Amino acid sequence: MKEELQKRIIKGPDGIEFEVEPMRDYYCEAAPTVMPAAYSKIVEDLFNWARSESIWILGFGTGCGAIEMRPLMTPRFDAYRYGVQWRPTPRQSNLFIISGYLSVKTLKRVIRSYEQMQNPKYVIGLGSCTINGGMYWDSYNTIKRLDQYLPVDLYIAGCMPRPEALLAGFVDLKKLIRSGKAEGANEYAENFDWYKANQKRVINDWDMPDYNW
Amino acid sequence: MQFEWIQIPYALLTLFIVINFGLLMNALVAKIGARVGRRHGIPIYQNYLDLIKNYGLRSSITHGVMFYLGPVFRLSGGVGLLMFVPTIYGSIMFSNFSFAGDLILALYFIFFGTLGMALGAAESGHPHAALGVSRGLSQVTTAELPLALAVFSIALQYQTLSVTEIVAAQQGGVLNWTLFTNPLAVAAAMLSFLGSVMRPPFDVVLAPQEIPIGPPTEYHSSYLALMQTNRVIFPIAKMVIFMNLFFGGADNWQVFFLKIFLIYMFAVFIGVVFPRFRVEQSIRWFLIWAVPLGILSVVLV
Repeated sequence: MKEELQKRIIKGPDGIEFEVEPMRDYYCEAAPTVMPAAYSKIVEDLFNWARSESIWILGFGTGCGAIEMRPLMTPRFDAYRYGVQWRPTPRQSNLFIISGYLSVKTLKRVIRSYEQMQNPKYVIGLGSCTINGGMYWDSYNTIKRLDQYLPVDLYIAGCMPRPEALLAGFVDLKKLIRSGKAEGANEYAENFDWYKANQKRVINDWDMPDYNW
Repeated sequence: MQFEWIQIPYALLTLFIVINFGLLMNALVAKIGARVGRRHGIPIYQNYLDLIKNYGLRSSITHGVMFYLGPVFRLSGGVGLLMFVPTIYGSIMFSNFSFAGDLILALYFIFFGTLGMALGAAESGHPHAALGVSRGLSQVTTAELPLALAVFSIALQYQTLSVTEIVAAQQGGVLNWTLFTNPLAVAAAMLSFLGSVMRPPFDVVLAPQEIPIGPPTEYHSSYLALMQTNRVIFPIAKMVIFMNLFFGGADNWQVFFLKIFLIYMFAVFIGVVFPRFRVEQSIRWFLIWAVPLGILSVVLV
């Protein structure tokens, strides 16, 4: 574990000494729980409809596929028409697009960002690399199958998929959300131990709590 | 004005109309901004969906008591501002809880939400939130100066602190509007208006590309939905004051919608043409261009 994450005594500017334990103080360790849907089906259907028509994407590009997301904001493709927009912070986002290859180093950051997003949340795997490793199938430091580490709702195949393919993917994701099948966050909470075991198998320098926030 | 219980449902009706008008107007303005960039833009009902979705998210976390209270303060700032000024002149239904000294209260409410937000965002502990808050407070404070000066000038001119009486003094023709009787005060206030609607060139507080979204970085689900609701109410509440003080008020809802929309379009047109100011540039801009106008208007009156 890194030195700055270890438990230590710190002397404040006013001379008072106090103990700091970064793993405890900076993070909340409570494991995720399965969040039930709204009590009434009509209300849940309304929420699902609103969720499907208002998809906020986390502005986090993991691989070369991130370049395919940018044209969607421009006049040529203009994804805002479909209620899709980009948010700069994981707290406000609903959709995480893993865009292309995912190195182990980035996976760690992806997990932290994913866990900070609020339930319900969705993951799209963009490009072949997230399905079977793609052209990085024999690389030592990229993961091969994304769904071993995060619950994936939808894959968009190709290397690279065109922005039109992404738009088609959004339409498919909307159908999934509206039918109530996009329950990735609850899946993650149910199979939490399995996902954590898989994540810890590839991430060697695991220096964060099991669940961030 | 005497208080009567029937005023409460009337005020809630005003609030309902203003929220719906605001949601639609904000979407329309976003569409106009998109058309300037040759995009198609969001659907006109998109804001409703965003709001329902954010209220419908299942989980939320907290960073402490002030984190809860931040959005609540902000919303009460917007709603309070709207409640204490008359929306429709001459209508008993829509004059809300206006009273003799409401101009001073309105000035206070304009600042109230910003302060609540600062406290809440500071409690979230995110460095971007702290940066955004420090930028926001310094910019809003300087933008407030010319507005306060303009309001003093108007109060001196009409010898009253009641918004209703100021509107009454402006009736009977366009040339009776403060816009023509005291143009310097109106100019100062409109420049100050630019600084408080969070549109370019004065939107460095939010600046999603530099400090990811600033103060609301940590806010999500229902907290964010509360703040979105306020973002709809507050600019309109503020424009109601502007309309009443400077543009002759409105005696029915059609005139109200039209005037509010035109006042907002002033900020929007400037926003789509000019790039963003850094915070020290915007403060200097307000001090050099807007404050002297305000002082001059007070001196001339």
